[in-house]
This record gives sequence, C-alpha cells and structure tokens, in this order.
Amino acid sequence: MQLFVSQVLNGIGYGVVYGSVALALVLIFRVTGVLNFAQGEMALFSTYVSWKLTTTGMPVALAIALSMVIAFIGGALIERVFIRPVEGRSPLNVVIVTLGMFLAINSLTQLVFGTDPQQMPSPFPSGSIELFSSGGESIEVSKSTIGLIVVLLVECAALWFLLQRTRLGLRLRAVASNPDSARLVGINSGAMLMLGWGLAAALGALAGSLVASKQTAFDASLMQIILVYAFAAAALGGFESLIGAVVAGLIVGVAYTLTIQYIDALDGIELVMPLGLILAVLLVKPNGLFGRRTVERV
Amino acid sequence: MTALLEMRGVSGGYGPVQVLRGVDLTVEEGHVAVVLGANGAGKTTTLRAISGMIRCGGEILFGGQPLQGRRPEAVARRGIAHVPQGRGTFIDLSVEDNLRLGATGRRDNGVGADLAHWYDVFPSLGSRRHQQAGSMSGGEQQMLALARAMMARPRLLLLDEPSLGLAPLVTRELFSRLGELNREEGLTILVVEQNANLALDIGHWGYVLETGRIVVQGSAETLQGDEAVRRAYLGF
Repeated sequence: MQLFVSQVLNGIGYGVVYGSVALALVLIFRVTGVLNFAQGEMALFSTYVSWKLTTTGMPVALAIALSMVIAFIGGALIERVFIRPVEGRSPLNVVIVTLGMFLAINSLTQLVFGTDPQQMPSPFPSGSIELFSSGGESIEVSKSTIGLIVVLLVECAALWFLLQRTRLGLRLRAVASNPDSARLVGINSGAMLMLGWGLAAALGALAGSLVASKQTAFDASLMQIILVYAFAAAALGGFESLIGAVVAGLIVGVAYTLTIQYIDALDGIELVMPLGLILAVLLVKPNGLFGRRTVERV
Repeated sequence: MTALLEMRGVSGGYGPVQVLRGVDLTVEEGHVAVVLGANGAGKTTTLRAISGMIRCGGEILFGGQPLQGRRPEAVARRGIAHVPQGRGTFIDLSVEDNLRLGATGRRDNGVGADLAHWYDVFPSLGSRRHQQAGSMSGGEQQMLALARAMMARPRLLLLDEPSLGLAPLVTRELFSRLGELNREEGLTILVVEQNANLALDIGHWGYVLETGRIVVQGSAETLQGDEAVRRAYLGF
C-alpha cells in the first residue's frame, strides 16, 4: 500500500511536468492552430538561459522570471520570422518548419551552452512533508512537487482568465477560430499570433526550468522524452482544454510510474504506455477527455 | 448627395491572375448599392479590394480619404464592416463572443447596450447567446453575421452574397431587415448578390459587373425595368 501511494505521488510529480509542457502546447494550438513540435526545444534553450542567469548569483525565481521574459520575446520573433512566411498555406508547411526548428534549436543550444550536464537549482525549498504515518510506515511528498502543483494550478487559472474573461483573450481566440474574419472585424492578427507564440514560449521556459530543477542534472536531451509525454497529455485532454491538459498530464505521469512499478513486461519500453493510452482514449472519445465537439451547420 | 465610397479604375487580383480591370463604382451616403454579375465576374474581389485583402491599383476613396495600402484591420477600424462570403462566423465561439468581436474597433461604453439592442432585434440570437455559433442554422448565422457587423456601428456595410445557402423565405426576411436598417438607421450598404430581384428591391443604384468591369449601371428601377439588361445579365 505504501509503495503504491508513494508511486502515485511520484507519478504526480512527473505529471505536473508533463501537464505544464502540455499547457504550452495547448495554448499555442488554441491561439494559432499550430502543433509546435519545437516547443520542447524552445523550453530547453530557455532552461539553459535560466541556468546561466543563476550562475551569476541571481536568485533562482528571478532568473526563471527573466528567462520567461526573454522566451516571450524569442517566441514572438520566431512566429514573425519563421512561421509567418509559411502560414496560411498548407498546415503541413508549418509542421515541417516546427520540426526543423526542433533540430535547429537543439543544436543551437549545444553550440551556445556546451554539451556538459548542468545543475539547475530549485526555486522551491528542499525537503519533504509527511502526509501520514502509521506503524512505522510513512508517506512523504517533496516540497518541490507541491511547489510544482501550485505553479501549475496558478498558470492554468491565469491562462483560463486571460482567454475566457478578457478582451485580449477573446481576440486571441478569434484569430485562432477564423483569421480572415478576425482581420475584418479589426483585429491585428499578426500581433495576436506573435503574442500567442510569446506566451507559449514563456510557459515553456517556466516548465523547462522547473523540470530541470527537479533533476540532479540536465543536458540537451532534457525535453525530448518529456515532449512525447506532453503530447500524450495534450491529446488525452482534448488539445483544446487547459484543465484537460493538466489532468491528462497527471494521468500520464501516474500511469508512467505505475507501469514501471507493476508491469514488468513493459520494462525498458515504458514509452508505449502513453501512446497506448492516447490510442485507447481516442478510440472511445475522439475529442479527448475534455475536448469539445465543434459543430458547424451550413 | 455625397459619395461615401468611390472606386476609380480599380484593378487587381490574385498573384498573376487579374480579376478587376478598372472598376468604377460609387456608393452614396445612405444608399444601398447592389453589384450584380455572374460567377467569376469579380464581385467578391471588388469587396476584397475595398477591405484591403488584396492589393490593387487605381483609387479607392472612403469619405474622401484614400483606402489603398491599408491592411484589413485598419480598414475595419475606419468604419467599414465586411461580412464575407460564408458569413465569417467564428463557429467555435459563442454567439455573444461573436457579437462582442464585432465591436473590436470601438472605444466607447455603448457595447453592452448595443448587445441588448441586437438581441432585441434578433430574439433568436438572444436565446442562444451562450451557444456555439456554428451550431445555428444558416439563416440564424446570417442574422448573427449581420448583427456582428452592426456591432461595429459601421458607416458602410459590405455584404458578400448574403443569400448563399439560405432558403428563399429566409432570404426574403434577410433583405427586408437590410431594407429596414437602411431606411430607419440610414445605414449605407454595398451588397454583392446573385439574387438580383430581391437585392434591387431594397437597392437605390445597381451595377452589373462582367469580367472585371462595370458594364451597366443605373437606378434600381431602371435595371429592373430594362428588358435587355434583365435578359442579358440578371436572368429573370
């Protein structure tokens, strides 16, 4: 029992990471209609920026915040320079560009920051909190996991508020829904697309930095497996839903640790688990757990 | 009478394809102008030229100010509401979000009051305000598109084939609404339409477009009464 509960908690620790990257994927998808395969590598670069800033003695939280600002600007520029020229034609073109950026940004990161593993300090206090103990058994959860959960929930609430409750959010959704029509009602589509990419890049910077701080060390492969799990979470959650991304992230995380613990047959190939999960959910609910059906009558 | 919109020798198209070959067209303030013509004559392209969605040569003046070279969002903010073919509905957003988006360019505090007004005019929109816009019938979506355009409090309304895909009865209802808006609120309208008779019924002036040029123009009554024009261009 104790093993089970601690594996679930462990899974939640992973799950918040997948959820936070999935949140960035969902944001960019909702605002621009693009699946950004370079999301993980953009986050990787930003993570190195955060790390570099902490090496100057800057407080960790401030370093991450500054890195998010830089990522915001970088994301907006990437939209303007690399995505805009291929937008509006086939969606495949954009996918290929983001795949190209995946490789390019990864290489650029190694070129700029080197290939040695680095340590990202955690913005959260160390240690753990005892949830309960009985008969010599105790179950603990680390403060950094709690910190991650809090950050994720705040992120989710802030994004929901922005998209659903502000005029700016309405414009962002309008551009995603119908770019031409958005321009005809007076919305500067280009600015909204840049904003969407900037926001997603900033969220990625936050997620990446927090992921790296959970691990003893990180290198340029930090985000690659995480991106697969994050895509699994985003698909599971319905690709449109913010809360769906978070909940699905947690499901994927817990399923991951439980697979490792209890299903020996999948030892070493745990990666089939999230993909199997996507397949199962999409067979039953093609719009994901939290996806809405978009209906159009003509 | 002052001209709200003037097009002089406007030419343009898509890439190497020239669609407009010198369109001259005037819309008087407070009038309904109707552009008729066969498929491919350049009706939609004419509206797209006004909205800045394609580059074009010649001259387009709105309230005496040149419009060319301005981007669609800038044209919209000058008071031109364009309901494109297919209505331009934000299908996955709610009815109310669609209407609020219509008021994007406005800075005044009257948006809430206008919302209430249009829900009053179109009760079926009011009862569905939280529904996904795409789930409504074609007729309701066309009313939504009209209300969305009106939320901008436009000086000029551009309508592209509003009757497309609508049942005849709904089309008639739509045009009677447009006629009311023009008479009661003094709204200036430029409408492109296949359904010539209905459009000319509410129109003041009509243009017939053929391969990118205006070939016939005249008052709505003249066009409706002219046997030759009717047979050659209007098909009724």
